[in-house]
Amino acid sequence: MKLSVGPFGIMLRPRVLAANGGLVLVGFAMMVLSLCLGTYSNLSVDQVLGALFGYGSGDSNLVVRELRLPRALTAVLVGVAFGLAGAVFQAVTRNPLASPDLIGISAGAGTGAITAILFGGVTAAGAGSYGGVPFGALCGALAAATAIYLFAYRGGAITGYRFVLVGLAMQGALIALNRWMLAKADIDQASRVMVWLTGSLNGRDYTHVKWVGLGLLVLVPPVLALGRAYQLLQFDDDTARGLGIGIGRARIVLLVLATCLAAMACASAGLIGFVALGAPQVARRLTGRAEIPLVASALTGAVLIVAADLLGRTLFSPTELPVGIVTGVVGAPYLMWLLARTNRVGKGG
Amino acid sequence: MASETATEQAGSDRVGTGGVGVGVGSDSAATDHVAAKADRAVARPLSLSAHELTLAYGSRTVSAGLDLEIPAGKVTALVGPNACGKSTALRALARLLKPQAGAVHLDGADVSTLSAREFALKLGLLPQTPTAPDGITVRDLAARGRTPHQRWWRQWSRDDDAVVDAALEATGTAALADRRIEELSGGQRQRVWIAMALAQNAPVLLLDEPTTYLDLAYQVDVLELVADLGRTDARTVVMVLHELNHACRYADHLIAMRDGAVVAAGPPAEVVTAELVEEVFRLKSKVIECPVAGVPLVVPLGGRRPATA
Repeated sequence: MKLSVGPFGIMLRPRVLAANGGLVLVGFAMMVLSLCLGTYSNLSVDQVLGALFGYGSGDSNLVVRELRLPRALTAVLVGVAFGLAGAVFQAVTRNPLASPDLIGISAGAGTGAITAILFGGVTAAGAGSYGGVPFGALCGALAAATAIYLFAYRGGAITGYRFVLVGLAMQGALIALNRWMLAKADIDQASRVMVWLTGSLNGRDYTHVKWVGLGLLVLVPPVLALGRAYQLLQFDDDTARGLGIGIGRARIVLLVLATCLAAMACASAGLIGFVALGAPQVARRLTGRAEIPLVASALTGAVLIVAADLLGRTLFSPTELPVGIVTGVVGAPYLMWLLARTNRVGKGG
Repeated sequence: MASETATEQAGSDRVGTGGVGVGVGSDSAATDHVAAKADRAVARPLSLSAHELTLAYGSRTVSAGLDLEIPAGKVTALVGPNACGKSTALRALARLLKPQAGAVHLDGADVSTLSAREFALKLGLLPQTPTAPDGITVRDLAARGRTPHQRWWRQWSRDDDAVVDAALEATGTAALADRRIEELSGGQRQRVWIAMALAQNAPVLLLDEPTTYLDLAYQVDVLELVADLGRTDARTVVMVLHELNHACRYADHLIAMRDGAVVAAGPPAEVVTAELVEEVFRLKSKVIECPVAGVPLVVPLGGRRPATA
């Protein structure tokens, strides 16, 4: 479907629209469901919608607006950040393994957070406080990414293969460092660190929503503005250059933006694994496109985290599973199923 | 075959009448063809030249003081033995390799002063081993050629559709439009990449060994398509070729290189001699007249190569 008016023109692909529309609907439904269910009491859909759209009353308003909504919104925003970051890393390096949770950026966030917990006098690790841990995570992720870029940079360019190898080495070194610091910590601190390393949305409030929302407002527009370069970076360098894309600058700018997105997401919710790795691949198959879709990756990331948090909270209630455990347990088999299915019907990887 | 129809139309759509877009010889896209011709025609052939180029990879210098004159609106072949610097020269012309000294001029302007997009509107490129994301369809790949014509507010236009249709017709790949490129044979795939370069609709087109990995029939197929681009579309075409006889047959102008320098340049019939072949390739041969096209035909004498100087 093509629309063109005067000098303006846009190509709308029915399947991409359907996939994005479906993701928004599923995401919204999951969010409402997760606002309904909880340890305080299960609310009706009507009570939740009432609280959301201003016609509800009393206790249900308080529970929905003050307790459950900020957590659900944080889940959505963090999912968008992880999904976009994963899409950009995978596309720009042309390597589906180049996900921030595999190439040392999340591990760097971990190092920063552990440092903050062990030496920063932080009491409640991430949960409820917006103090040292997110700041430490942010610094750690950015420092790790900077080191990866510097080591991978050669001859005026960053190449995908080299970038992934350097990232894997960085990941190995940082995980060893993290374990060493954990071993030095006392048991109380260590258990807090473990919850944070797994990734959790427990106790997220509007402070988190505000900071992640602001971060997305700053970081998402430039990523979308570089959308055309992003598409062509998935081809070989010569072809992209031949089509008039200044790939050197576009690649660096996109990687820096994606690093900030991943660092911000880790800082707010801990090291939630799999989403940045899996969301772009799931989105690519949902939209049926060869290139990794940006918008669908962001939406898939959001749906994955909202769904995983919902499952984590309700599956073994009142015991709560951290969201990071559920994303791996549920998301990874889903990706494997998608891969197996597309291979069987002969549509390739 | 697209190439046959293109040849038939060669008389009416010659250079100077405004040239033609890529819609040459497509009946089904006849109306689009008219639109494409009006808006997308190669307005005039553009010249391309290089002056005093020093080309190097790191500290290894490939060429020093290299001059190249590419005639406008003709097909030029760069030939020479392996590692003679012909692909490196092509990369410099395509602005993929920044010369350490000297300059490349396109239509009289130093290419280093053009923006990436301005340059891509004037010069298209088919790299030696291009790669696309897995699962891309023929039509989507060809449509990527429109990139320099598009802006964020104009991601698609009716012209784009017409030009892509015409490029698929011209390369004989229209029937494959919805197939995935990994399902195609090597020859079909190469023609799709050429369709992408055609959709870019630049007056100058550079091709780096467009016949590599193709069997003989596909090689001829691709070369005839490329030769038609120069002869009927007034495009300036430069291609790196390994096979000297192909260059003689399908190029209007031949540049023979050895050790990073030009040994001879001119129409094949004037420059290709047994002496030149020996000087450039260190190969003893007999040059006869091609019984089909009347151009020089190089027949190696065989036997061991004489030791290189």
